[in-house]
Amino acid sequence: MHLLVCGGTGCHASASNQLLENLKQEVADKDLAGEIQVISTGCFGFCEKGPIVKIIPDNTFYTEVKPDDATEIVQEHVIKGRQVKRLLYTDPVKKTVISESKDMGFYKKQLRIALRNCGFINPEDIDEYIAADGYIALGNVLTEMSPEEATKVMIDSGLRGRGGGGFPTGVKWDIARKVESGQKYVVCNADEGDPGAFMDRSILEGDPHSVIEAMAINGYCIGADKGLVYIRAEYPLAIERLKIALDQAREYGLLGEDIFGTGFNFDIEIRYGAGAFVCGEETALIHSMEGHRGEPTFKPPFPAQSGYLGKPTNVNNVETFANIPVIYNKGAKWFASIGTEKSKGTKVFALAGKINNVGLIEVPMGTTLREVIFEIGGGIKDGKKFKAVQTGGPSGGCLTEKHLDTPIDFDNLLESGSMMGSGGMIVMDEDDCMVSVARFYLDFTVEESCGKCTPCRVGNKRLYELLEVISKGNGTHAELDKLRNLSEVIKDTSLCGLGQTSPNPVLSTMDNFWDEYLTHIEDKRCPAGQCKDLIRYEVIEENCVGCTACARNCPVNCISGERKEIHYIDQSLCIKCGACFDKCKFNAISVS
Amino acid sequence: MEKMKIKIDNRVVEVEEGTTILEAARKIDIDIPTLCYMNLGDMGIEHKPGGCRICVVEVEGRRNLAPSCATDCHDGMEVKTHSIRVLNARRTVMELMLSDHPFECLTCAKSGNCDLQSMAIKFGIREVPYEGEKSTYKPDTSPSILRDMDKCIMCRRCEKMCNEVQTVGVLSGINRGFESVVAPAFERNLDHSECTYCGQCVAVCPTAALTEVDHTNQVLRALADPTKTVVVQTAPAVRAALGEEFGMEPGTLVTGKMVAALKQLEFDYVFDTDFAADLTIMEEGAEILGRLGKFLSGDKSVKLPVLTSCCPGWVNFFEYHFSDMLDIPSTARSPQQMFGAIAKTYFAEKIKKDRKDMVVVSIMPCVAKKYECTREEFATDNNPDVDFSISTRELANLIKRANIDFNKLPDEEFDGPMGESTGASVIFGTTGGVIEAATRSAYEMHTGKKLEKVDFDQLRGMEGIREATVDFDGFPLKIGIAHGLGNARKLLEDIRAGKSEFHAIEIMACPGGCIGGGGQPLHHGNSAILKARQKAIYQEDAGKPIRKSHENPSIIKLYEDFLGEPMSEKAHHLLHTRYFGRARQIVIETDVKEE
Repeated sequence: MHLLVCGGTGCHASASNQLLENLKQEVADKDLAGEIQVISTGCFGFCEKGPIVKIIPDNTFYTEVKPDDATEIVQEHVIKGRQVKRLLYTDPVKKTVISESKDMGFYKKQLRIALRNCGFINPEDIDEYIAADGYIALGNVLTEMSPEEATKVMIDSGLRGRGGGGFPTGVKWDIARKVESGQKYVVCNADEGDPGAFMDRSILEGDPHSVIEAMAINGYCIGADKGLVYIRAEYPLAIERLKIALDQAREYGLLGEDIFGTGFNFDIEIRYGAGAFVCGEETALIHSMEGHRGEPTFKPPFPAQSGYLGKPTNVNNVETFANIPVIYNKGAKWFASIGTEKSKGTKVFALAGKINNVGLIEVPMGTTLREVIFEIGGGIKDGKKFKAVQTGGPSGGCLTEKHLDTPIDFDNLLESGSMMGSGGMIVMDEDDCMVSVARFYLDFTVEESCGKCTPCRVGNKRLYELLEVISKGNGTHAELDKLRNLSEVIKDTSLCGLGQTSPNPVLSTMDNFWDEYLTHIEDKRCPAGQCKDLIRYEVIEENCVGCTACARNCPVNCISGERKEIHYIDQSLCIKCGACFDKCKFNAISVS
Repeated sequence: MEKMKIKIDNRVVEVEEGTTILEAARKIDIDIPTLCYMNLGDMGIEHKPGGCRICVVEVEGRRNLAPSCATDCHDGMEVKTHSIRVLNARRTVMELMLSDHPFECLTCAKSGNCDLQSMAIKFGIREVPYEGEKSTYKPDTSPSILRDMDKCIMCRRCEKMCNEVQTVGVLSGINRGFESVVAPAFERNLDHSECTYCGQCVAVCPTAALTEVDHTNQVLRALADPTKTVVVQTAPAVRAALGEEFGMEPGTLVTGKMVAALKQLEFDYVFDTDFAADLTIMEEGAEILGRLGKFLSGDKSVKLPVLTSCCPGWVNFFEYHFSDMLDIPSTARSPQQMFGAIAKTYFAEKIKKDRKDMVVVSIMPCVAKKYECTREEFATDNNPDVDFSISTRELANLIKRANIDFNKLPDEEFDGPMGESTGASVIFGTTGGVIEAATRSAYEMHTGKKLEKVDFDQLRGMEGIREATVDFDGFPLKIGIAHGLGNARKLLEDIRAGKSEFHAIEIMACPGGCIGGGGQPLHHGNSAILKARQKAIYQEDAGKPIRKSHENPSIIKLYEDFLGEPMSEKAHHLLHTRYFGRARQIVIETDVKEE
């Protein structure tokens, strides 16, 4: 029997490592260590309900397990064969108790290719990866295919880059393969920087060998003997597991010289990023690796022509690499049969925001937003109304009700005014103000712009300031005109992908929520009640019982009133923090 | 090279592979405005970071606009350079740039000479619709260069010059987004960095973010002080460039007008740094011959090559980066400092003035000279040999402020005795000139023969590194020349590695030599201007009756009356210096907080 304990960052934060220790101790105390293996795995994806414990072979899926539950799990489930009912998942809508993950709405529609081993194997044990068909692809490629043939498999699979650009991976490899050079490089972009996105991190934490194997295949295809993983230094767990995996792969001869006795040499080094979002852009990433300021340069030359240290370099993202070994094992045709016409395979998304099932999911391309949000995601929190979903990270757009039935793929998202990006998906409900949402994302891009080109450096700052004017109620139609013109010019003139997409949140919210902008400037009102300068908290006299809860909780003491008498809010002092609203049990505070 | 045809604004132009849209457009006289772009073709310096986005154009089939400076043509390409989309984008980008720029044009040091201002005029900007926070930085002043980063537009030209051309590596982009700025590491001040004050950053800055420290007011105060005798010296490269500030063609020689203007400004004595350049040749030439003679006689304590030491930017550079080789450069002081030392001793005695009552002003094509005259070793009892050094641009300002109609001034002559000079000293102003001047004299001193042909064409030119062998009556004297500190670094590294075969090397910090100095009228990216100045310098040399330093009568008299002979004890005391390894000091000073 195997007890799989999630060791992803989310569950880790909820003491899953203590849980792991307790389970091990419990198993040892009962003298079962020979029979029962307790294994720390990568992320199961269902972070909302973590920590997760899965029991093999009966596939029982326990959620929200605490370290203290270890005794009961071992005592009841392991020894007596009785499921611990209170730890099973309850469907929030049907209220039924579900014991296996495959029956859960969250997992039903998922298809896990890139995440195939996450939550299934111990990422710190290469034997487990090998047992899950690991390194077979590399062996086959090295012994049975020419680099050209192996590259063709990638082209035929139709895999497109998962880092955001969606450039066909096989074509990229083919370009790098054809450039003649004594030295080439393979680079894995693990500089995941979108707020709320953690797919690359989870893959490296849960299945580092799949990335190593794919990089070696990539090296063979393009003729590179050196790989580099550019990973942000604030991913310590991913770095640790990657290091362990690299050491094990070297020990097994799967990295190093003369791999599989074929004469092919390949090894991988780790480079640490300091957490600049723009370093996810491949030219900026390369400059950062070279020790220069992390800022993009104009393409061409593309990295395939002149990349790291001026040598031909192929850069792919973690998730892209994670797909690759399976493609070789199951064939390009199999992969190409999944997804839509122009976007093949699956995509991993990080679901976040006002959604019931926050977590990491992987679905076939062509799945609709509705399926993702309402079936996998379990719908909107607290039964509120869906308002928008922001895809593609900080530079994606906000899509609405009318886009819910759009099949998700690279081209459809672009056409709808958003983008795939690296796969962040943030769901918003009726309480979210779209002007504030746009401002929030701009705040991020203003911080993260490298400052090299004028439109991104100054333009985004001015966009942010215009949004600020509007959310303070000082906006006019002139501001809206400026907002649109500036957004379009920034998109049209910026040097790299960051600036070329940073106005997307503004443009898409203007396109889809024009009325909300108008309300801010004409009526000086924020319909969602989020723009502090445009709202007022007031006491509803007929409901106020004089309990003094609001006055006691007001941080600026602007509420006055005696016990059992009606209270008043001094508007000149109110900072609109909403504490009174939250504390009032009698619905006696209104927001307008 | 493959030829290709492209269409720009419906006009067909044939270009070679690798041509950018901007180059193709200029070929058929289509003007595309540029701001960060800079091409000093003759120097091999091209800067096209594609950062300002002013030069964007519309390319058929392309999703977004393309920076024409950095986008290569491809066959069949169709380009529009002034569609509504392009014009709106450029204007908006310009408005954004201005929205983060202080509106101080009326009082700005660069007013009338600013690329950003010219562009605003060209675009007809009458208002800036985008308002918001402006960048504010603490002004950073050093002995030579003033940094006012509020005015920086992030064109990064200075960075290109500092890092790639000069390999000094002081300036680079720091911080992110709206906060990003070009600065020394950790945003420390220039005088806490390894800045050589070569001023090439100043020479290419399109705005007043980088300017020379202005000393004109100090000069005016000295002129107004009746107790002071104010002596002025003018460097050779100044006369070949000053006219540009008054609308004259580049390469116009204005020696006589410059002297007349200085006299109108009421300097008490208008002298010439060229005089001191002749003196430099006497000392440096003697030193070269001395070291060469010892070396050839097998004296192992003597090192070759001898490096020239006239250029203060270069001196700073080797003190910082080659402090293990301080015994290689000539110990001769620069002409500016030789002049100051002689003016405040020999000439002071002559006019019976105490050095404290004298003010020596130098007009230099250079900003490093400002730093040089503050060096402690060039002062006696805290009284500097040269009090103030002002740039060619500052002199032009003084002349304009005094309402002098420069173009109409009659030519006047320098005062004696320190105004007398030879053709050899004039060419100090260009790359190759110092070593040619030294060769003219050293040849005659060494061989005892008269030099028939004084023009050494093999030492002239604009290539960054040049070498030549001059026949010294059977002895092949190997000469190296480098201008631009990046080129100097290459020669220095060869010496360090024991690979250098030169006997003497001339080094000037600025590309082109002093004619391209950081204090010269701005070339605005036109390297033809530097060539024209170089031509003028050689023209002045050719027109001089005496063309060899050691034949300068006033120099001969100076040795007879005062110094004795070259390398004498007195000459050593007044005309030579020593160098200080400074690399380690910087490391110790580092005050980066680690908490």
